[in-house]
Amino acid sequence: MNKPVEIDEAIFSEAVLKSEIPVFVDFWGPHCRPCLMIEPIIDELAEDFEGKVSFVRLNVSNNPQITSRYGVMGLPTLMLFKEGQPVNNIIGFHPKAELKKSLETAL
Amino acid sequence: MVKSPKKYDVIIIGGGPAGLSAGIYTARARLSSLLIERGAVGGQIVNTEWVENYPGFTESISGIDLTDAMNKQAVKFGLETLIAEVTGLKISGKRKVVRTSQGDISAGAVIIASGTERHKLGVPGEAEYTGKGVSYCATCDGPFFRDKPVAVVGGGNAAITEAIELTRFASKITVIHRRNELRATKIVQEKAFAEKKIQFLWDSVVEAISGDSFVKKLKVRNVKTNKTSSIKVKGVFINVGSKPLTGYLNSIVKLDAVGAVAVNEKMETSVPGIYAAGDIRSNSIRQVVSAAGDGAVAAVNAGKFLGE
Repeated sequence: MNKPVEIDEAIFSEAVLKSEIPVFVDFWGPHCRPCLMIEPIIDELAEDFEGKVSFVRLNVSNNPQITSRYGVMGLPTLMLFKEGQPVNNIIGFHPKAELKKSLETAL
Repeated sequence: MVKSPKKYDVIIIGGGPAGLSAGIYTARARLSSLLIERGAVGGQIVNTEWVENYPGFTESISGIDLTDAMNKQAVKFGLETLIAEVTGLKISGKRKVVRTSQGDISAGAVIIASGTERHKLGVPGEAEYTGKGVSYCATCDGPFFRDKPVAVVGGGNAAITEAIELTRFASKITVIHRRNELRATKIVQEKAFAEKKIQFLWDSVVEAISGDSFVKKLKVRNVKTNKTSSIKVKGVFINVGSKPLTGYLNSIVKLDAVGAVAVNEKMETSVPGIYAAGDIRSNSIRQVVSAAGDGAVAAVNAGKFLGE
């Protein structure tokens, strides 16, 4: 089971920027309903893309530096990183089929 | 995930208070029941930090806590949940077939409780700056605007509640409303008028949103004088009402003049065995308590229909 892992600023570089495979980062926050709604969908995507993409979550309220470095101002922001660079950015709730398609296109 | 037979007595579309309440009633009636929701359950009320008018709670309760409890209660009685996008609904003899991103599932009765979706302003810059200063959720994005000036567009309960919530973060909140009085409940209005950080721009509409990488200003027009002006903000929270989410229904059930699903007092739609409950139905007052009530009415009548 490829479960999304909660990360923080201290390990962001190791977990995301230096990853050998692309990383899907779910920037989420407390009191964010669309973040909550999309969580089970991201869990399913993590299983679908097991071995191809690693999935992590970052709580924006505890990690302001990374959040502002990548210009995140709307939640949830779903950002795909390849070789240390953000290559795709989706904001807000989207159905699974749409997320899957955009992930496949970006890979 | 759906367990083996993709057939149920009742399918409920939408996991807000109306759908969850319907699920509690159908599951307790021992009807095999599936609730389909596109993400986690909870519905629109999950955006609200304090629900003060749901009976039984002397202190306010958050929308998340309230709907979490409803969900646990429904699941306890045997309601199944599927995460999927509903793409269509069709009638097949006595059965109803719900088309979803996870395949077709049939039921003897269907309760439509998919609620509403937020209106967009439809002005230049809105789509471009979504997540870059344009927001539809103050509880989600409010903390990004600490000590910054923001605007809230709209005059209803949701808009004014957002403005009040934003006083915790923003330096100044300008409420832009197209009329010269608010639609929000009086007690909510009183709270807003008492907040020093909130000011009002009456009779005004936003015509454009602009900036660099992020929002910097709004072009605002006074609808009475037709004068335009520009206000500097870092964020704009849009809350100009919502419309029933009925696109997938493909005209199978009759809608009313404003696009809500037409129902009678039994929550019956124009098609026998299909019910509607909550914000999506005609003349809904769009409250958690009425949604929960509708869900119960729809569920009980669906049970009677299946027993006939």
